[in-house]
Amino acid sequence: MITISVNNKKHQLNDDVDPETPLLWVLRDTLGMTGTKFGCGMGQCGSCTVHYNGEATKSCQLQVGSVGDAEITTIEGLEGNGDHPLQQAWKEHNVPQCGYCQSGQIMAAAAMLADNPKPTDDDIDLKMSGNLCRCGTYQRIRAAIHIASASKEASS
Amino acid sequence: MSPTITAPNQPIPEVSRRTFLASLAASTLVIAAGTNGNRALAWAMQDADDNLPFEPNLFIAIDTAGAVTILAHRSEMGTGIKTSLPMVVADELGADWDRVTIKQAIGDARLGSQNTDGSRSIRRFYEPMRIAGATARTMLERAAAQRWNVSPDECKGRDHQVVHEPTNRTINFGDLVADAKSLETPSENDLKFKPKSEHRYIGRDIPIADLDDIVKGSATFGLDLKREGMLYAVIARSPVLGGQPIKVEVREARQTPGVVDIITLPDFTAPHAFQPLGGVAVIATSTWAAIQGREALKIEWSKSDHDTLNSKEHEATLATSARTPGRVVRKSGDAPATIANAQTANIHEADYYVPMLSHAPMEPPCAVAEVTKNAAGEPISCEAWAPTQNPQAAQSQVAQSLGIQPERVTVNVTLLGGGFGRKSKPDYVAEAALLSSELDKPVQVTWTREDDIQHDYYHTNAAMHMQAVVKDDGLPTAWLQRSAFPSIMSTFNPAADEGSGFELALGFTDIPYDVPNLQVENGKAEAHVRIGWLRSVAHIYHAFAVCSFPDELARRANRDPYEYLMDLMGEPRNLDLTGVEYPNHGEPLSRYPFEVGRLRHVTQRAAKLANWPRKLPKGRGLGIASHRSFLSYCATVVEVDISESGSLSIPNVWTVIDAGLVVNPDRVHAQLEGAAVFGASLTMHGEITATNGAIDQSNFHDYRVARMNDAPKRIHTEIIESDALPAGVGEVGVPPFAPALCNAIADATGLRIRRLPLSKHDLSWNG
Repeated sequence: MITISVNNKKHQLNDDVDPETPLLWVLRDTLGMTGTKFGCGMGQCGSCTVHYNGEATKSCQLQVGSVGDAEITTIEGLEGNGDHPLQQAWKEHNVPQCGYCQSGQIMAAAAMLADNPKPTDDDIDLKMSGNLCRCGTYQRIRAAIHIASASKEASS
Repeated sequence: MSPTITAPNQPIPEVSRRTFLASLAASTLVIAAGTNGNRALAWAMQDADDNLPFEPNLFIAIDTAGAVTILAHRSEMGTGIKTSLPMVVADELGADWDRVTIKQAIGDARLGSQNTDGSRSIRRFYEPMRIAGATARTMLERAAAQRWNVSPDECKGRDHQVVHEPTNRTINFGDLVADAKSLETPSENDLKFKPKSEHRYIGRDIPIADLDDIVKGSATFGLDLKREGMLYAVIARSPVLGGQPIKVEVREARQTPGVVDIITLPDFTAPHAFQPLGGVAVIATSTWAAIQGREALKIEWSKSDHDTLNSKEHEATLATSARTPGRVVRKSGDAPATIANAQTANIHEADYYVPMLSHAPMEPPCAVAEVTKNAAGEPISCEAWAPTQNPQAAQSQVAQSLGIQPERVTVNVTLLGGGFGRKSKPDYVAEAALLSSELDKPVQVTWTREDDIQHDYYHTNAAMHMQAVVKDDGLPTAWLQRSAFPSIMSTFNPAADEGSGFELALGFTDIPYDVPNLQVENGKAEAHVRIGWLRSVAHIYHAFAVCSFPDELARRANRDPYEYLMDLMGEPRNLDLTGVEYPNHGEPLSRYPFEVGRLRHVTQRAAKLANWPRKLPKGRGLGIASHRSFLSYCATVVEVDISESGSLSIPNVWTVIDAGLVVNPDRVHAQLEGAAVFGASLTMHGEITATNGAIDQSNFHDYRVARMNDAPKRIHTEIIESDALPAGVGEVGVPPFAPALCNAIADATGLRIRRLPLSKHDLSWNG
């Protein structure tokens, strides 16, 4: 039996969950946490980005059996009321268009900021290029990350 | 309850009393006969039940606490339309936006067209939404006037209350609900619309309704839908259009943990239109198990006539067709004779080609359906949940596939994780319905990315041949252009073997240049895949040729491309399209003429913003293109930076739109920003090819789209302030992008790109 910790809560999975199942589908279909999105299934688009011990990870490429004791954080658990500086900045800049990729974008950005609180444009472009947005919101994502970065700095 | 409509059953979020009443209302409204000329009456209800809210028409409900619910009947796929049309209603109603709840409508023909494509939601529904809002406000004002025993002319609905202006007395909307319900619906002639100066929302930047849910990950897209006892399905479809499974080895697939059933779907009959593609479905207890089960299937497919499609040969066939005299669709003067009599040195010609494209919305097609049966085991009704651009088409396709009446099908519209035209075609909703009917359970069908890329309704490939006879100043005395592309009509009529008038009108028959001898032609082309429409449709390939060729002519004459383009467009005038088949995006030319002056204006503004002309070092360049589409005018300047080794970046893009009246400017800016990225994707990377009828690409590694590191860095946008009739926005920014970028490349290095995408070209240069 597999037990995983998601958003600081332990989930014991039924025996019928194949350990080779990508974490993405366990989150979505087994645990009903649909904030993490399916976009490609081969680590190309980043819609399924979660944090694995704080590190941005594509959950479609992570077998649930290999999660072990790691702490998984999803968009639902990023910040209690959805008021992470990035989520606020995303709203301030009206970043989303269709919104589908934005959970993954925010999770990728959050991991980056934790690692590098003052990223340059080039840092952002490099780190965020694993996350596709077909609506083309990249410019606002970049701007929102800078805003969140500044507000985090101001509050720390 | 209406006996013929299944009550919408919203699974999530939790149903509040108010939304419950509103959703109940959506299925119980009685259509009253419109006798006094108010179109809102066609949506009106007369209900004696005092417990129901005031519903002057299908779009608005106000309860006694003053909570206003506005129905959004167009699909939200990222344009902001779910917010923008209700803004118009709220403004006319005089509602306080903070007390407005927006509810997404089910598919319901009484609401008018819900087919959310063609960049026409605001254009078609700005006025009906004003009527809906003004009707409700007028009734509230009349109710207040009765209460105060004053003239209704002295009563004004605003800020969620009715104000008696001479005395400043007020009554809240909620307190007027009971009285307003008993009033007759005013005639449309009696409505007074608010002047622009009293608009509180129209023309202002209003955040989208789902913004908070989206950033929290709690918004419900189609793929997020869960129903009690739901099973998950993926379908193996024939790699070549028209193939049928003739031998299916299921043993291993059945042994895959989690797999519940394997079902062969009915084959489709031509024309395929919106029918499901058939194939073999694997149904399981999770999406992953279904995917694994499908991996284990061994299927032999029958041969299909479409296996003759090989993209390289097809490209050559189209190019030949484009170089062969074809059907004349617009003619003035005598271009062929002028060309025949011209000296070779004065003739310039070029062949352009744009390959097939796939929509690739981030959320692939998916749907949930739940079929109810009678005692005899026949399907009697179906409820579906889908990210669909066209819920009414979904309703009819599901009905057709199940053999039931459309009124027995309820289609709930979720948020769409992108659409771009793919989700106008409801084949995937019918797949879910067919499987639910077989299994007597709710079923979710998911298209994997591979399914999406390999079985799309493709944006067609197209070849364009251009010829001009030029004078010493570079301007043409004759212009002949001919396109050849498999038509969208082939999806609905397999015999269609040439471009339709509607496709040619998308940026080709309406070439806006002032040339004395002009001829536009179209050649033959056969389709071997499902052809669909993708964001801006035929404008993409037509604009590529029509906006690249002037740049070639300008450079040939050593003229500034912007100055040349302005000269080529000629004097401000309404384009004379007399005798030309020109649907004009469904609007009469008398209402929406082709105004060359507006096209010139956006071109001037874009050049001005880009600080045109600029002397740039080799490797850097500017390109300009302007194009009318969806009744709007748009110009784009792209700045490109190409390293000697040929790596390309786009530091700046300037896009200017004149879309007439604009409701939510921030969303218009966002659409233009997105269009530049969409344009960059198709220009740099976009190419779908086929080998023996099967699509070669399968996912984002081989069907690339722009990422943050290769997308345009800075996109500057400007909206021309205008009170002209509202026109399109969502698609309008796309067509000029590819030619502007390729013109910029020519400026930077001298290399002329006539075939997309750029990834097929060596862009390197020697300093």
